[in-house]
Order: sequence, then C-alpha cells, then structure tokens
Amino acid sequence: MANRRDFIKISALTTGGLMLAGLSSRNAAVFGQNITYKLPADLKRTPTYCEVCFWKCAGWVYKNESGEIQKIIGNDDDPACNGRLCPRGTGGIGMYYDEDRLKEPLLRVTDSAGKQTFKPVSWEEAFDFIAQKMQKIKAEHGPECTALLTHGSGGDYFGRLLKAYGSNNIAAPSYAQCRGPREVAFIATFGEGLDSPENTDIRDTRCLVLIGSHLGENMHNGQVQEMSDAIDRGATIITVDPRFSTVASKSKFWLPIKPSTDLALLLTWINVLIENGWYDKDYVEKYTYGFEQLKAEVKKYSPEWAFGITTIAPEQIRATAREMYNASPAVIIHPGRHVTWYGDDTQRLRAVAILNALLGSWGRRGGFYRNEKKTVNHHPMPPFPKPTRTWRDAMGDKFQLADLALANGVCDATIPSVTLDCHIRAWIVNGTNLLNTLPDQKKTIEAIHNLDLMVVVDTMPMEITGYADVVLPECTYLERYDSIRSLQGREGSIALRMPAVEPKYNTRSAWWMAKQLAQKLDLKDYFPFDSQEEELDWEFKQLGTSLEEMQRIGLRRYKREFDDLYYAPGETVEFMTNSGKIELYSTAFADQGFDPVPRYTKHEEPAPGFYRLIYGRAPMHTFSRTANNPNLVDLMDENTCWINPKVAKEWGIQNDQYIWLENQDGIVSEFPIKARITERIRFDSIYMVHGFGHSNKKLSRTYGRGISDSQLITRVHVDPIMGGTGMRGNFVTFRFDQAKKQEL
Amino acid sequence: MRYAMAVDTKKCVGCSDCVVACQTENNVPIGYCRDWVVEVTDGTYPQLELELRSERCNHCENAPCVRCCPTGASFISEGGIVKVKENKCIGCGACITSCPYDARFVHPRGYVDKCTFCDHRVKEGLNPACVAVCPTKCMYFGDLDDPNSDVSKVLKMRKSKTLIPEAGTIPHLYFLI
Repeated sequence: MANRRDFIKISALTTGGLMLAGLSSRNAAVFGQNITYKLPADLKRTPTYCEVCFWKCAGWVYKNESGEIQKIIGNDDDPACNGRLCPRGTGGIGMYYDEDRLKEPLLRVTDSAGKQTFKPVSWEEAFDFIAQKMQKIKAEHGPECTALLTHGSGGDYFGRLLKAYGSNNIAAPSYAQCRGPREVAFIATFGEGLDSPENTDIRDTRCLVLIGSHLGENMHNGQVQEMSDAIDRGATIITVDPRFSTVASKSKFWLPIKPSTDLALLLTWINVLIENGWYDKDYVEKYTYGFEQLKAEVKKYSPEWAFGITTIAPEQIRATAREMYNASPAVIIHPGRHVTWYGDDTQRLRAVAILNALLGSWGRRGGFYRNEKKTVNHHPMPPFPKPTRTWRDAMGDKFQLADLALANGVCDATIPSVTLDCHIRAWIVNGTNLLNTLPDQKKTIEAIHNLDLMVVVDTMPMEITGYADVVLPECTYLERYDSIRSLQGREGSIALRMPAVEPKYNTRSAWWMAKQLAQKLDLKDYFPFDSQEEELDWEFKQLGTSLEEMQRIGLRRYKREFDDLYYAPGETVEFMTNSGKIELYSTAFADQGFDPVPRYTKHEEPAPGFYRLIYGRAPMHTFSRTANNPNLVDLMDENTCWINPKVAKEWGIQNDQYIWLENQDGIVSEFPIKARITERIRFDSIYMVHGFGHSNKKLSRTYGRGISDSQLITRVHVDPIMGGTGMRGNFVTFRFDQAKKQEL
Repeated sequence: MRYAMAVDTKKCVGCSDCVVACQTENNVPIGYCRDWVVEVTDGTYPQLELELRSERCNHCENAPCVRCCPTGASFISEGGIVKVKENKCIGCGACITSCPYDARFVHPRGYVDKCTFCDHRVKEGLNPACVAVCPTKCMYFGDLDDPNSDVSKVLKMRKSKTLIPEAGTIPHLYFLI
C-alpha cells in the first residue's frame, strides 16, 4: 500500500454504500455487542465533562421534553469551571448535532481501474482488517512499529491497547507542538513540570505577566475566570505581545515587543532585578542553586541594549521589573501554553522559570501553588510487554531531555532516511487532525505514504481521515462514557462523563473499539470488564464512591490531605533536580552540552515585503476540531488576516478584501483570507487564528473558509533540547490572484 | 421593580459565550441572536484602547419599539422587561426600524424576536443565561429599585455609561467603564 495512498474524500463511497451501511449495523448486532446503555430513567440531567478542549470542565447535559439534548451547563462544584462553561463548552451540543459527522466504519478499497475509495463496512470487518495488519506488522517487524498519535479522552483506551500489544510509541501533538518546552524548562529549574491545568495562583496574584500568552482569547476557562477575579482585586497585568491582544487592552503595561526577541527582554529583566537587588534574597539563598553564575551571565543584558533588540524603551523595562518586584512573591510570570515558537523555546521558558524563582513566587500565594491530584487505580491486569525499541531509537542521542514522546519524532521515525533508523509502519490516529497540528504538511503526508496501516478514529471527517486505510467513527462525548477525569488543582477532583443519549448513526466509543480490537489481537485480559459501566464502577469504588453516586453528583472534590498549598515560612523543600535546589544554573542542561543559563540568540527577520506569520486562538474555537460545529461557526465562520493600516496602505489592501498569502518557500495558501485592517497588529507581522482553511468538502460549513496557517508553516525550527517544533519563523507576503494549486 | 443589567467592559474578553448560551437557553435558531458582542478599537499603534461590550435589548423605559407597534404586540412587561407577544405580532418590522440599538430581528417563524432578560429564569430567582454563563463574571443583573441587588451595588461603586443616551429612551443596559 506504500506510496499508493491517495487522499479520499469521505463522500466517495463505492456503489451500494447505502446497502452496506444497513448491513453494517446488523452485523454489529450479530457481533454480539449490546450498545444500549443502562441510563437511569429518573435523572433529569446527566453529568459530563467537556471534550471540546483539554480543560475538561465538568457540566450537566439537559434535554427537552422530546428527549433531545438542549443545553449544557457547567457544574457549580467544578474547580475548573465553577459552573460556567466557555463558549465552546456551551456550544458543545453542535458536535452532536453536526450532520457532517462520520457515520459508519470505512475501509479503503481499490477498484479494478485502480481508483481508491472508501467502502462502508461492518465494525467486525474493520476490526478484522486492522487486527490482521497489526499481527502481520508484529510478526514481521515487531509491535514497536505501531504508534498512537492522540488528542483527547479516547487516547487512554487506545493507549492501553497499544501498550498491551507491545508498543510505547504514544505521542500527543500537545507536547512537542505546544507545551513541551515549558515542561522541560520547569523540570530543569524546579524539578517538576506544570502539566494541565497549570498551578498558577492567578486568583490571589498581585501581578500577572503574560509573554505572548493571550488569556481570554485562548479561553482556558478556570484561568480566565481567575484573571477576571484578579482584575477585580486590582492586580497589575503586564502583557508582552506584538499584537494588542484582548488582555493587552486590560493591562497596566503593554509592551509591544518586536517578535522573536522575548528572550532578550526576559534576560534583561533578570539582570535588572539582580542589579537593583529586586529579588527575594532569603528565598534565593535557601532554595536556589547557581545564583552567582546567573548573575555573571546576565550582566551584559542592559535595558539600553534590550531597547535596540526588542524596541521596548529602557524605562519601561525598569518600571515593569520594579512592578513585579513590588508584587512579589504574589507575582506570576506565566509560562504560557503554546510555546513552540523559535526553536530556542526551552531556554526562553527557562528564563521565565528563573524570573519566578528570583521573585520567590514558586510555592507561594499569588504565585504557583502546590498541586494535588487524585490517583485513579485500574483493575489489575497482566503486565505490559516491554518494548525493545521506541521512537527515540530512531533519533540517535537527540532530545534526551524530552519527558514525553514527540509526535514529530514519530513522524520522522516513519520516513526512511540515511540518518534515521526508521521503523514505524502503522499509525493509529485518535482525535487529532495531524495535517493541521503538525507543521510541514508535506512531510506529514510523506510519512503517511510510508505506512503499511493507518487507522483514524474521529467524530468528524477531518482531512486526516482522507489518508486512512480504516476510519472508525467515534460517537461524541455526549453519547459515551469515558475514563474518569482526575484533575490537578488546589484540591483533587474527579468527574464522570456519561452518555446523555444513545449514539447517533453507527458510531461507537473508544473504549468499545479498543476492547473489540483487544479481543481480535488476543489481548482481552487487558480489558477485563464486559461493559464500561462495570469498569468505571470498579474504579469509582476505589475512590470511595460508585458509578451510581457519580451519575447523580457528576463531580467529587477531595480535601487536601495536608495544609500545604504554599510553602510554609522557612520550610525545607527538596526539589527533584540534581542539586536538590531550584536550579538557576541547570546542571542537567550542562551535562547534555546545552547552555546552563539561557543566552540570547538572534532570529531571522522578514525580508522586505514579507511579514512574520503569527497565529493564535479565538475564544469560540478549539483549533480545527470545532471549525465545523454549527453553533460555533455561527459565532465565527472564518479566520481573518490582521494587517496594520500602514502596511495595508502600502499594498493597497482594503478591509474585508480577500487575499492569498505566500510564504518564504513559495507556498501559497490554498484559499483566500479576508483582510482585517487593524491597528492592533505591528507593522512587521500579520496575525491569524489557527484552525481554518479546511480542504475537505465534507466539512460543509467550514470548507474553504479562511486559510490554514499550518500549510504556510514549512520552516520549522526544532528545539535542540527537547525536539519541539518552533513555528513562528515563517514569513508571508500578499498575493492578489490565486496561484496554481500546490502539490501536496 | 425595574430590572437592569450592567456589563463590565474592563473584564469582558469578547468570547461570545453569552451569545451561544442565550441561543441554547431560548432555542434561538442558528443564524440569529438576541445578544452580541461589539469590539471598538481606538488610537494608533501602540497607543491603543479596546472596548468589548456584550449588547442586547436595552429594555428602555421610554421604548420606541413599544410606542410604534401597530398591533400592541410589543409591550412592557413586569419589571420593565420589553417583550413581544408572538401571536399578536404581524412581523411588520416597524419596531426593528425604530430601535436605536438594533436589538430586534424577525424570527423565521414570522414574528419579531428579542432579548427577554430570560424572564422565565428570573421568575425562578435565577440570573439570565448570559449572566449565569459568563466566564469573566462581567455581567450584573437585578432590580434597580432594590439597593442590595447586584446591579444596584455595582452601579453605585463604578463609573458607567449607557448607549445613545441622546435618543432619550432611558435604557436599562449599563456599561461599566
């Protein structure tokens, strides 16, 4: 099948598709699967936790008199949302009602003329095909040659399946394409990462510093709520962003920095704090390691020097540093979330971590609190076989400091090359549209062409489904049980997701699919329960509750075991670093040959006529996964290209005019994008919201609306420390006619 | 009793949650809305100001929509809430033209529709859906005649404005500035 994988639109069914679809649901019954849930009849509302983004807010699903889902309301007890879902959570019903959903299992077939199409098949046929391929790959190449790329709850079950099968190649683009650098930086500094949701004590902070992080537009619910509380309490917000973001408009200080120079500002702030003695001397003395090396290394970064680099006035740099010190230790230099920008991101986040350490905010009220989380125990099952290889073996000695698997690493380990020991031959892709989540679409497609098997599990016909051998239609989160949500926070909490209604169409939950596949692969001992209800009930009982109780309360909080939300005065703390201290000077980085104290490096600037491509988020969408949601499309149906009025005038671009963008490598956007002429963006950059420009016509509401930034991100700056894919080093110019279509 | 709402422009992030919560609460068909978000940018880079406002019917004391309605379908209900009797409305659109806030639209079923301050919820002692859902808690609702209501308290504490006061409609939608 290698190199013969054409993109198939989900609509391209073979003749007789309808009849086969009818058969497939009957086959499901023959297959012995009872999918009728035992839903308590007396429940007026059913609990869930949201799947529209990774925040996983707990809520209640309400139905109307006809038994149809009408609305979803936040759970008042949930620390993630406090009873208030965000627009995406409120609009989550659109995922269920979207008539463009995947409706039945599909198998790639080639007809006598060589044309490839999808044939609707029964679940049994789909699973037989997958199991046969997986057994063959296991026998011929080893089970490690199968990888899982995942985003979202179903990944837990496919992950279990994969580990039972013998592979540990489980990667989520949320790591190396998003928050990975900050995890590695904070582990290097404090001995622990941040994970999700971050332990930022925004509610009680007196100064919140955001580096390119657009809280409010990114709609990380609990944090946005706490920021609003902090505004009420008179906290200072300092925002560093080349764009006048929503939160910049709510800030006492907005520093309109030249893009790609953030590290210069951060290092200068460190220097200013040290030079003026504006740091927590007791904290630094007691808890940190390497202060003198840090001091010597940052001495060269004066505000006057930084002015020339960042375009931020020296007095602004000093004033903001003073503001942070005055608020300390109730100050947060926010680590951000999507931080894979320029390839030196781990070092930039190290500077962020060091600033927090100097101001003594880690472990302090208004800074970063200590997390608490409830552990969910699983029913005993046989130990997982130990894989002999992972994606790391293909990388040589690179990226040793990555603490999770790299999705791009899996991609690299799929493409045969002279330098890499490639070995991955099968992908299971769960809930992530890799063509939009990974930069460099050409490379992703090249990797896909080298696969013997690709299975895609999704609720929507995202572009990635067009490359699959088998498409497995998952039911939405409103139609299924899922694993227990255990959330970290000031208190631990657990939440239940249960189906509010029976699955529409011939769709199934990830648990069910993984269990069926496990049976076919002789791995059924890893799924010891007959139904998901029994499995959840067993797990809830270990947590002192039951499925029955959780169906009624939805969410349970657990009081902290000890009164240790913050460090007690004078408390002795052992940090999980080599030195046992907060490492201002990183011994782990020094061991690996990386700068133990961050150093400023200059990044490429746009050529004349080109502008840096900056992308971000809108509060009503979660990347590309919501782009076709009818309720959310109603709020925002395309992305726009933000252009400074001076630039627009130079090019003669009018507001609302549709234009094409071409990047530094000659790649032209597949669709045009509407120009938004606004003072809110710097003259050297353009901005757009990520997640639009869908090319699959089956996504009827969003097809061809706006453009895909991922398509224009062909130059990737890989972080040498942990392998993150820096994506902000791409430049675009304007075109006024449609270029010839790019070969993908 | 005079119901009113205040929206804090210093906290609103323009996420439109109020819009979608209203749609699902009140079965407003997709493509229509009873509330919406306005963004106003002022100044030139980098001296900029941005105001975000969640807007809806102002539930005016001196409501032009009620005065101009030929059938009496538009009326002022209990607590000063401006409403439309669906079965009396002929969809002529006079009220739509007369409203300085552009708060009304013709529902696909043929009658004029608009914000009701979620009076079905208010009767049960709940806040309107938009107020209840707002992640920034930037909206305050209550009775202006009750000095202890959320809206009375916040209007006493904070500077506020109304939209198009020169129209003389005496609006009950305030914006904290």
